[in-house]
Amino acid sequence: MHIVDRRLNPGSKSLENRQRFLRRAKALVQGAVKKSSQERDIKDVLEGGEVSVPIDGMDEPRFRREGGTRDMVLPGNKKFVEGDVLPRPSGGSGKGGRQAGEGDSEDSFRFVLSREEFVDLFLDDLELPDLAKRKLAEVESEGIRRAGYSTSGSPANISVSRTVSRALARRVALRRPRPEALEALEAELENCSEARRIEILAEIEALKAKIKRIPFIDPIDIRYRRFETVPKPVAQAVMFCLMDVSGSMTEHMKDLAKRFYMLLYVFLKRRYRHVEIVFIRHTDRAEEVDEQTFFYGPASGGTLVSSALQAMHDIVRTRFRPADWNIYAAQASDGDNSYADGEVTGRLLTDMILPVSQFFAYLEVGQEHGLSYEMPNSALWTLYEGLRANGAPLSMRKVNERSEIFPVFHDLFQRRGPQERTA
Amino acid sequence: MSATDQLLFQGADWDFRTLQRICDACEQVAKDELKLDVYPNQIEVITAEQMLDAYSSVGMPLFYKHWSFGKHFAFQEASYRKGLMGLAYEIVINSSPCISYLMEENTATMQTLVIAHAAFGHNHFFKNNYLFKQWTDADGILDYLEFAKRYVAHCEERHGRLAVEHTLDAAHALMSHGIDRYPGKKSLDLRAEEKRAGRRRAHEEAAFNDLWRTVPTGPAKTSAILDVERRRQMLGLPQENLLYFLEKTAPRLRPWQREILRIVRHIAQYFYPQSQTKVMNEGTATYVHYRIMNHLHQQGRLTDGNFLEFLQSHTNVVFQPEFDDPRYSGFNPYALGFAMMQDIERIVTNPEAEDHDWFPDIAGKGDAMGVLRDVWANYRDESFISQFLSPRLMRHFRMFHLHDDPEDRTGILVDAIHNERGYRRLRRELARQYDVGYIDANIEVVDVDLAGDRRLMLRHTVVKGAQLSEADTKRVMQHLADLWSYDVSLVESDTSGTVLKEYVAHPRSLAAVA
Repeated sequence: MHIVDRRLNPGSKSLENRQRFLRRAKALVQGAVKKSSQERDIKDVLEGGEVSVPIDGMDEPRFRREGGTRDMVLPGNKKFVEGDVLPRPSGGSGKGGRQAGEGDSEDSFRFVLSREEFVDLFLDDLELPDLAKRKLAEVESEGIRRAGYSTSGSPANISVSRTVSRALARRVALRRPRPEALEALEAELENCSEARRIEILAEIEALKAKIKRIPFIDPIDIRYRRFETVPKPVAQAVMFCLMDVSGSMTEHMKDLAKRFYMLLYVFLKRRYRHVEIVFIRHTDRAEEVDEQTFFYGPASGGTLVSSALQAMHDIVRTRFRPADWNIYAAQASDGDNSYADGEVTGRLLTDMILPVSQFFAYLEVGQEHGLSYEMPNSALWTLYEGLRANGAPLSMRKVNERSEIFPVFHDLFQRRGPQERTA
Repeated sequence: MSATDQLLFQGADWDFRTLQRICDACEQVAKDELKLDVYPNQIEVITAEQMLDAYSSVGMPLFYKHWSFGKHFAFQEASYRKGLMGLAYEIVINSSPCISYLMEENTATMQTLVIAHAAFGHNHFFKNNYLFKQWTDADGILDYLEFAKRYVAHCEERHGRLAVEHTLDAAHALMSHGIDRYPGKKSLDLRAEEKRAGRRRAHEEAAFNDLWRTVPTGPAKTSAILDVERRRQMLGLPQENLLYFLEKTAPRLRPWQREILRIVRHIAQYFYPQSQTKVMNEGTATYVHYRIMNHLHQQGRLTDGNFLEFLQSHTNVVFQPEFDDPRYSGFNPYALGFAMMQDIERIVTNPEAEDHDWFPDIAGKGDAMGVLRDVWANYRDESFISQFLSPRLMRHFRMFHLHDDPEDRTGILVDAIHNERGYRRLRRELARQYDVGYIDANIEVVDVDLAGDRRLMLRHTVVKGAQLSEADTKRVMQHLADLWSYDVSLVESDTSGTVLKEYVAHPRSLAAVA
C-alpha cells in the first residue's frame, strides 16, 4: 500500500484547458463582460468576478436520439395496477418533453474570471487613438540594477567590504581569541607556580589551536554583488485628470468623472509599464492635488477653466518632456465657464496643450436622471465644438448615468482603421 | 492489548500514520475475509481544487489539453461554488497500481469508507470483471495517457493548435461511435500500441524522401466498377466503429490526424466497460465497503460513534428516491447494485421457497462470497439484472413498468407491476435499460461510392421510433464530412427499411483537412 500526499502538487492543472476554453468562447465571454460591467462599480470590475456565459454556443454535438416510444422501469409504485393509463404530465406534450427540461438547466452558467482575464477581455478591442503621432514602443529595453548580494557569482563581483565585515563578525561570534589574551598568558608564564604552569601551557596550546581553526576568511564569508535585469520602460505615459470642482459639480458628477478616470488609468496601465497620474482640480484657480482631495476635498469659488489648462501646461513643461512622455488628458466639467475665459481657454488648448497631447477627452457630466441628448450646449461645449470644427483633435462626450460611462469610454477608444482617426 | 490500541483512530482527525493503519486493516479484511484479488494500491491525498481538476479531465491524472475539459471544469466549478454539487469523496482509476484519490477534507471515518470502497471494492472489480479484462490494459493506461498527452502537444507544435483542435473536436463528436463492441483477435496492449506509434513515426521520418512528391502521377486509372460485395468486404463494411473506419480509410487524413483519431478511440474504448458496469461496479464497491466497515466495527477497531457516522454516509449513498420524488433521476446505481448484492448473499445463505424457484443454481449454496466473486467476474449490468434481480427486490423497490407511446393520445400505459405476472417482464425491461445495444444509436457505415464521388454512406437503424436530434446530427455530420473530405450522407430508416430522413454534409474546406 502506497500513500502519497499530492496536496502540495500544483493545483489548477486545468488552467491551460481553461484558457483554451476562454479563447474559444471569447466572443461569448466578451459579450458577457460588457454586459456585466455596465451594472457594476468600477472597483468590482477591476476585481474580476463572475459572468454568465451562455453555454449553447459551446456545447459539443453528439449523435443523440429523441422521441419514439419509451419504456421505463421506475421505483416507488404506490397504487398503480397493470393496465392503468396515466395522463401525460402537462406541459411536455409527450415527445421530447423531458429532453427540453434537461436542456434548460444548462442554458448558461456563471463563469468566474480573474481580474486579469476580466480587464483583458474588457479592454481587448480598445486602442489608444492616434498612436502614429509619436513612435510608441510598447517594447521595453533591459536595464541592469543592483539587487543585493549573493553567495555565488564571478570573482570580479566579489564585494570585499561585505566579505570582510562578515568574516569579522563570524570570528567575533565564534569568540576569536584576541592576541592580547595570548600575550597576557605568556607573561603570566614567566613567573608562576609549577602546577599553574602546566595549566597555562595547556591554555596557550588551546588558544593557538583555536586561532588556527578559525580562518580569517572562510568561503562562507564571501559575498558577491548581485545584479538583475529589469525591464526599463521605454514608453511612459502621463495622464492629466482635470476637474472642475466648483460648487456646481455635484457628488454624482464627480463620481461619473472618477469612473472615467479610473477606466482611463486601467487602460493606460495595460499599454504602458509606467503611468503617472496628475490630478488637477480647479475653481477659479487651479492646483495639483492628490487623489483623495481630488475626488473628495471640498472647494468652492468661481470657475476659470483656463487656470487648469495653464497648470497642466506648466507641469508638462517642468516634469514631462513631450519627447519622452505620452501625454493624455481627460477633462470633466459640468460645462460652466466664465464668459471672459473662453478665449484664453481656446488659445491655451490649441497652442499649448493639444500639440503635445496624444489624446484629449472632454467629458461633460450632467445631472443624475437627466438625458444626455437633452442637455443644452454649455459654454464650454460650444467653445470646444468650435475648436473641433477648426480641426482640433478633441474628443467630446456627454454623460449622465453611470451606465453610460462604459459605452462612452468604449466608443472613444474603439479600435479604428488607419484612415479613420478620431476627430 | 487494551481497547484503545485496537482502535484505528479516535475522533475525526487523521494523519498519514492513521491512513496507513486504516489501509492495513482494510487490506486484512479484504484479503482474509472476502478473499478479494486486487491490483497494488496507491492512495493519493488531494485538495478540493485538485479534485475538480481531476473531474474535468474525465478523472484521469494526466490527459491531453483540450478546451472542452476547460469548459467542464468551469461548469463544475461554478456548480460547486453555488453549492449545487458536492464533490465525490473519491475518484478511483482503473490502472495498475490502482490509484485512489482521497480528499483531504474527509474525516477519518470517511477515509476508511473511501479506502474500503475504492481501493478494495472498485479495485477488485477492475481486476476481475471480464469486460475490463477484455478491453482495458490496466498496466499500460497511465503510460498511454502520457504518450497521448505528449503526442497531442507535439502535433500542436508542428501543425498548429487550431488544426489539432479541429481534429480533436471532430473525434470527440464521434467518440461514442468509436468503440468496438465485440472483442477482436487480441486484447488491447497499450504499451505495445505506444511503441508501435513511435516506431511508425520514426520509420516515416527515416523513409521520407521529398523526391517522391515530385514524381508525376499519371492519369487516374479507369478502374472497372468494383463488385459491390467485394468492395464492402475489403472496406470491412458494414462498420459501426466510425472512428476506426475513418482512421483506416479516410482518404485525405494526414498521418498525425489518424493517430489522434486512434488515441481518442482507444480512450473511448478504455471507458467502454465502465459505462456497461455502473450498477455492478458501484454495487461491488458499496458491498465491499459495507462488509469491511462492519467487520472493523465488530473487531472493535471502530468506535460506535465512528460507525454511526459511517452508517449515515452509507445510507445517503444508497438512498433511492421514488419516481414522484423531486430528487428522482433514475435508478441510483449504488442503491440498486448494493441491494442486489445483499440480496444474492441472502439467497445463497438463507433462501426462501420463491428463491429456490427463481435461482436454483445459487439458492442455499452457502458460499456467498464465492458466488459474488463469480458474479463480479462474469457479468455486466444488463446480464446481471436480467439474471439476478429477484422478485423480492422488485417488491422492495415497488417497481413498475411504463410504456410511453407518443402516438397514443390517452396517456402512458402501466405495462407491468411487481406481481407474479409482472416479475419477468419488469426484469427484462429493466435489464434492457442497461443494454448498450439499446442505449446507443445504431449507426453504421454501410458503403462508400468509390467509383463515383466517394460519398460515404451511413445508416441509422431507428429503434422504437427514436430518431436522431436534428440540430446535433447536422453538426456531427459536418465533423464527419470534414474528416472524410468528401460528402457524407446519413439515412435514417426503420427496421423494415423505410427511409425516414436523410442528412447530407459537405466538407467545409479540403485545404483545411488535407
